[in-house]
Amino acid sequence: MKQRTLVVVSAGLSQPSSTRLLADRLSAAAVDSAVSLGVRLDVRVLELRDLAHDITNHMLTGFPPAALRDALDAVAGADALIAVTPVFNASYSGLFKSFFDVVDKDALADKPVLIAATGGTARHSLVLEHALRPMFSYLHAVTMPTSVFAASEDWGGDEALRPGPLRRTANTDALPPGPLRRTADTDALPPRRLRRTANTETEGGLRGRILRAADELAREVERRDPATVADPFALTASFEDLLAG
Amino acid sequence: MQFGVFTVGDVTPDPTNGRVPTEHERIKAMVTIAKKAEEVGLDVFAMGEHHNEPFVPSSPTTMLGYIAAQTDKLLLSTSTTLITTNDPVKIAEDYAMLQHLADGRVDLMMGRGNTGPVYPWFGKDIRAGIPLAIENYALLHRLWHEHVVDWTGKFRTPLQGFTSTPRPLDGVPPFVWHGSIRSPEIAEQAAYYGDGFFANHIFWPASHTQRMVGLYRERFAHYGHGDPDQAIVGLGGQVFMRRNSQDAVREFRPYFDNAPVYGHGPSLEEFSAETPLTVGSPQQVIDRTLGFRDYAGDYQRQLFLLDHAGLPLKTVLEQLDILGEEVVPVLRREFAALKPAHVPEAPTHASRKAEQLKKAEQVEA
Repeated sequence: MKQRTLVVVSAGLSQPSSTRLLADRLSAAAVDSAVSLGVRLDVRVLELRDLAHDITNHMLTGFPPAALRDALDAVAGADALIAVTPVFNASYSGLFKSFFDVVDKDALADKPVLIAATGGTARHSLVLEHALRPMFSYLHAVTMPTSVFAASEDWGGDEALRPGPLRRTANTDALPPGPLRRTADTDALPPRRLRRTANTETEGGLRGRILRAADELAREVERRDPATVADPFALTASFEDLLAG
Repeated sequence: MQFGVFTVGDVTPDPTNGRVPTEHERIKAMVTIAKKAEEVGLDVFAMGEHHNEPFVPSSPTTMLGYIAAQTDKLLLSTSTTLITTNDPVKIAEDYAMLQHLADGRVDLMMGRGNTGPVYPWFGKDIRAGIPLAIENYALLHRLWHEHVVDWTGKFRTPLQGFTSTPRPLDGVPPFVWHGSIRSPEIAEQAAYYGDGFFANHIFWPASHTQRMVGLYRERFAHYGHGDPDQAIVGLGGQVFMRRNSQDAVREFRPYFDNAPVYGHGPSLEEFSAETPLTVGSPQQVIDRTLGFRDYAGDYQRQLFLLDHAGLPLKTVLEQLDILGEEVVPVLRREFAALKPAHVPEAPTHASRKAEQLKKAEQVEA
């Protein structure tokens, strides 16, 4: 079984927080999806609350204290990222943004990222599309098409428990592992697969959205080589080339 | 090993009483600090170059020439000379002139400068910082080593049949250090020319300095200038001392907490653990400084930052007394005892002149 790393960034401030709750649901679902694709995900959760002072100090001094350095290295080296923020004033929280402001500028390039947010009401859900997605696009991350918003009401009632259209069954496990391999093969996908995609509801229960997004992330990880981290001290051009301009 | 001070030349309010020195007071204080450095037995005084408030030193050779006239042994240097926004022709001329006036007591540290607007004020673009540093220094190097220079580059008008005057003293250009916090290209540049590499050191964790110095040493050997441990390395340091370490911490804390570079961020204790900052007794400074050798190897120059964050001149002069009387003599002795014989001292005008003579004799023979 292939082994990959998943880093989960949770920007919730209270303890326990619904943001962390959503982050844990997403990472558990991603781990399950990945296993069914033959990938074992090692999960590391970063609680930004624990790093809040370090993040500010990094901004003020220009270098990260040891604990933050370790967290930033984990993000840079991760094969996939789940990023979850509470919604504050119609956007991501300041702490969430500040953390990604001190991530090395190329660290997220080509990295699969699942974005998610929590809020008091579903009226905030487009924050994911209008705030988080553009930021991760700017950072050249590969952001999953499905983002997951959990409002307070999602945590109760039937909707939350309804499995949703993408619940993994024996049948789906048997599907070819590569619907995201973007090749001419896409046209030749089994009709079952196409029907399944076409029938997918974008507004299912929370659990359905979690499974769908986690499934996208797992497939993206499965088809990729392990992440590599560029050494900031490595020379990338010979001095003769530098001299030649 | 050489010991000295380097100054940024900032005009910063004293956070304990709100007093702000005038530019005139600050400029004169820098001269007083340089003269005091010689008086207490230090080897080097280096000053920054800035073209924006709240910094006063826009014209380093004017100040260093003035200091040269009032000192006998002190080696005058820069921290740093802006190789990006200055015309390399003017650097070649100004520092050769200074070298003559100071009887060879001059070297330079090249730096790029990190203040965005300064670049366009001088007609340059900060995004071309590395190419500017590479091309401008290549020209400066030729102007000092070749009598007549033809030159075409990207960043200045071409030169045809140009001779930079005065020629370097005794035909020996000032020694050059290259300073960089995190650009491997600059460590490579220093290694390529067999020049010195200076790690600012004081605002970053030691692991960072270790990587940059390690890269420079490895590439220095790659270019055939000697073994890695024979490369010429300088380090910054930042200290505040009182006989009792608690007194040092108590007195320095308001300056630390309000310092322009790192103030209002980490605590003094956190920053001391993460960077080389040492606030305490002279013995603590000795122990910490000797420890730099553990990750940088045997090195040639140690410069301390003493006069910043609004510290009054009187306090800075007291720090220089402690450094000269209690710290540097011990460090000289200890570092010398640890240094293997094949590791060179920092080049000086005298040593470089002797080396040039030796090379000339070898060519004749």
